[in-house]
Amino acid sequence: MKVKVNKLTIKDLSVNYGNVDALKSIDLQLPPSQIVALIGANGAGKTTTLKAVSGFLDFKGTIHHNGKNIRGKAPHELVANGLIHCPEGRGIFPNLTVYENLQLGVSGRQEALQCFKENLDHALELFPRLKQRLQQMAGTLSGGEQQMLALSRSLIAMPDVLLLDEPSLGLAPQIVKLIFEIIVKINKESKVSVLLVEQNAKQALKISDYAYVLEAGVVSLHGKAAHLLEDDRVRKIYLGEGEVTRTSRN
Amino acid sequence: MSEFIQHTINGLSLGSIYALVALGYTMVFGVLQLINFAHGDLFMMGAFIGFYFIRLIHFFFGHDSSSLSSPSGVLFSMTVIVVSMLGTALLGMVMERLAYRPLRKSPRINLLITAIGVSLFLEYGGQLLFGASPEFFPTILSKQAIALPGGVILDSTQVLIFSTAVVLMLLLHFLVFKTQFGRSMRAISHSLEHASLIGINVNKVIMITFMISSALAGAAGVMYSISYPKIDPLMGLLPGLKAFVAAVLGGIGNIKGALLGATLLGLAETYVAGYISSSYRDALAFLVLIVVLLLRPSGILGSKKIEKV
Repeated sequence: MKVKVNKLTIKDLSVNYGNVDALKSIDLQLPPSQIVALIGANGAGKTTTLKAVSGFLDFKGTIHHNGKNIRGKAPHELVANGLIHCPEGRGIFPNLTVYENLQLGVSGRQEALQCFKENLDHALELFPRLKQRLQQMAGTLSGGEQQMLALSRSLIAMPDVLLLDEPSLGLAPQIVKLIFEIIVKINKESKVSVLLVEQNAKQALKISDYAYVLEAGVVSLHGKAAHLLEDDRVRKIYLGEGEVTRTSRN
Repeated sequence: MSEFIQHTINGLSLGSIYALVALGYTMVFGVLQLINFAHGDLFMMGAFIGFYFIRLIHFFFGHDSSSLSSPSGVLFSMTVIVVSMLGTALLGMVMERLAYRPLRKSPRINLLITAIGVSLFLEYGGQLLFGASPEFFPTILSKQAIALPGGVILDSTQVLIFSTAVVLMLLLHFLVFKTQFGRSMRAISHSLEHASLIGINVNKVIMITFMISSALAGAAGVMYSISYPKIDPLMGLLPGLKAFVAAVLGGIGNIKGALLGATLLGLAETYVAGYISSSYRDALAFLVLIVVLLLRPSGILGSKKIEKV
């Protein structure tokens, strides 16, 4: 049997903020060219997981990217290796123009710098709405356009692994639909592996291959996304009722 | 009328020196939210580096007063400015590396206190190294009066100062608005975390920002010493504070604001000195600071930002 190296392998990951345990011994795998969803309620530790992967937090346990331990690497070094994080709240720079934001997308990636023009054209094909707004300050964009900008900027960096944090947050349903379609497209066409953090569990599960459910810093459930969609406990989470959500508040 | 024009010319010349220092305050504040109180002392270090460089040149090549007039005087002044800029840039880099970088994750108040410490270190270290008594900055460019119509007199050093300042500002403008470094710097000024998230080497950009702002202060130090040749280790105190006021007046963190604030302050100062009394010129800067903080704390061009606690 051929052994495939996972894009991301997280083993026994724990993170604490002072006395508060945000993550307690998490295991997670992201196989190549797959979309893996990480779902759960507010404060379950989803964003913390991503931040640990992109080098922002001190953690216990190990995280491997393409078989290489990332411990001690600065965030920009991880970006240079193709670990691209598209943060919650989009993380665009409102004081820069749309074009400048896109230019910054290649800051740390030599290979992306060389084919900036092609990648830019490709991203603008996906999001034609950005084309007319290139010289506009990014702060003047609508929420949906800002998310498009954030995604385009991540794409221009030619991700090997794309970490997406709540791409649907605060967006109108038709925009959410578009964003999810494009995530699938990116995954299928460019073979980008995606770790998708979402509160919108239903949408996320629909497009994912595999999923993990986080509850108060612990993986309470994981499995094929299609199976989780049928699972009673998962239904409770995204319907926002039952004991599952109550325990996750602690 | 000609008196007014004369004051305006003097004010612009002084304002351009303040502007170079104020730009440094504003750039460092932009990336680190730090008021670098040691910035005025880099201005002083610039003057002293220039001073010793001139001494060195005079020692090796002799002192020929006939060469003071342009163009060789201009060329030499430029060389002195560039040497000072290189020296202060290096000093700024060391300062950032040793004093500020270890505190990157500490509360901002620690940084501020450290900045005051660095300032005192440079001032009193300077007294130890250069002596506490004032030195006379050698004349490197003879003052030639250029008479303009209407009895207005333009001084050749003023022309040098003003044009050098303008060139440096244009270079800075290009750097900040047209290069990847400038974009990174502006991105960091919005959010350090998001900047490093997209792959910007934040430490490198902050270090270069310190070097550039220190170099500008160094240039200003030499330019100031050319027109006011008495230099001593505490000379950076007042111009440093005034440039800080100028940066606050324009809106700290805003590059255009620093230019505007410095120009306004330079003009206001010369008008007050010319029309009222020169004993009030220093008081004016602080009056301006108080009024700005009362009426428009974010400065003329500054945007209101909600303080995150």
